[in-house]
Amino acid sequence: MLGPFDYALWIAGFLVEIGVVVCVFYRRDLLRYLPLTIYMLCAALVNCGQYFYVERFGFTSEQYFYYYYYTESLLTILLFWTIIHFYQQTFREMSVKGYIRGAAALLLLATALFSYVVVHENRNHLTTRFVVELGQNLHFVGVVLTYLLWGAILKLRETRTRLIQLVLALGVYFSATACTYALRNLFPGLQPFVLRWVPPIMGVWLPIAWAYTFTKVSEDSRLATARLVARAR
Amino acid sequence: MMAAALICVISVAVFLQFFVSYCRSVLAVSRKVELSDRVREVSGIANRNIGADDFARLVQLVRLCPEQGDDATEIRAVGAYYGLLRMVKYLSTFLVPGVGTWTERECQSCSHFAAVALDRRISYSRDLFTQQVADRT
Repeated sequence: MLGPFDYALWIAGFLVEIGVVVCVFYRRDLLRYLPLTIYMLCAALVNCGQYFYVERFGFTSEQYFYYYYYTESLLTILLFWTIIHFYQQTFREMSVKGYIRGAAALLLLATALFSYVVVHENRNHLTTRFVVELGQNLHFVGVVLTYLLWGAILKLRETRTRLIQLVLALGVYFSATACTYALRNLFPGLQPFVLRWVPPIMGVWLPIAWAYTFTKVSEDSRLATARLVARAR
Repeated sequence: MMAAALICVISVAVFLQFFVSYCRSVLAVSRKVELSDRVREVSGIANRNIGADDFARLVQLVRLCPEQGDDATEIRAVGAYYGLLRMVKYLSTFLVPGVGTWTERECQSCSHFAAVALDRRISYSRDLFTQQVADRT
């Protein structure tokens, strides 16, 4: 059953997601961060939907379970669009927009094909294990994409603090969530006690970290990426 | 099972790298902020440089001030990073002595971050107080 902490996380997540959207609109950065804004708006709508499903069918119902995992997967795919947009911003001076679009289309096709194959294989038993595995795979693709992007940022000596912090926050989100999914697959017994808290906490982490970046870091702020790589001299 | 174990190990390694880099980026932004005389006086560092051990005391002071509502997660994240650094420092004393200087410098940056947060919250409290007085009169 849901406790006060669950509801607090839920409300906080919803409010901060809306806060990020308002912040982007207020600073007139909508076109620059369009995919991010759309993702945040969709995440807030999905939150509302979750509340509706819990009220209507209950937290332990099958309807809520499938709604949660499938909307989570759709949101992850939407987050890929945000990553692609960050790639475009990072490589904007190299005139490789066309290649990035091509690679993005290819990646989406590959993800769709992979998902289709997995669904086709599991069509007779679309069980708990399958949705958890799908979530784990999608989040891991997110980890790989963000890690490659971070590598490109370091290599190209990108200095825009805002872009750097947005990407790093995304990396923390993806890696923590992918790890939780993997642990859940490995040790299902941990789910009710420890692992069930991580996705909602990470769900709040991402909008809070992004909101912090939008409010505290100006678009003109610059940072030397070499200083961020931990190195003991 | 094998894939899940591999994903788990890679994710933990990547998570640590992203988390450390994120904290360092937050600290790098705060390092550019000069501390006001007011916060130096309040935190008792008026006549000296901010130290690595000041972090816990500064965070306690931060918690005494009303929350602005937008930096609590970052303070927690930097707090976790500070804890991680302390652990690394403790372990490195036995294994790699050279790392101690680096962790000390990083902890100092954490303390500076906490002082900047305190400064911001004091300003916010003063604004709130001024607003309340103005509303009453």
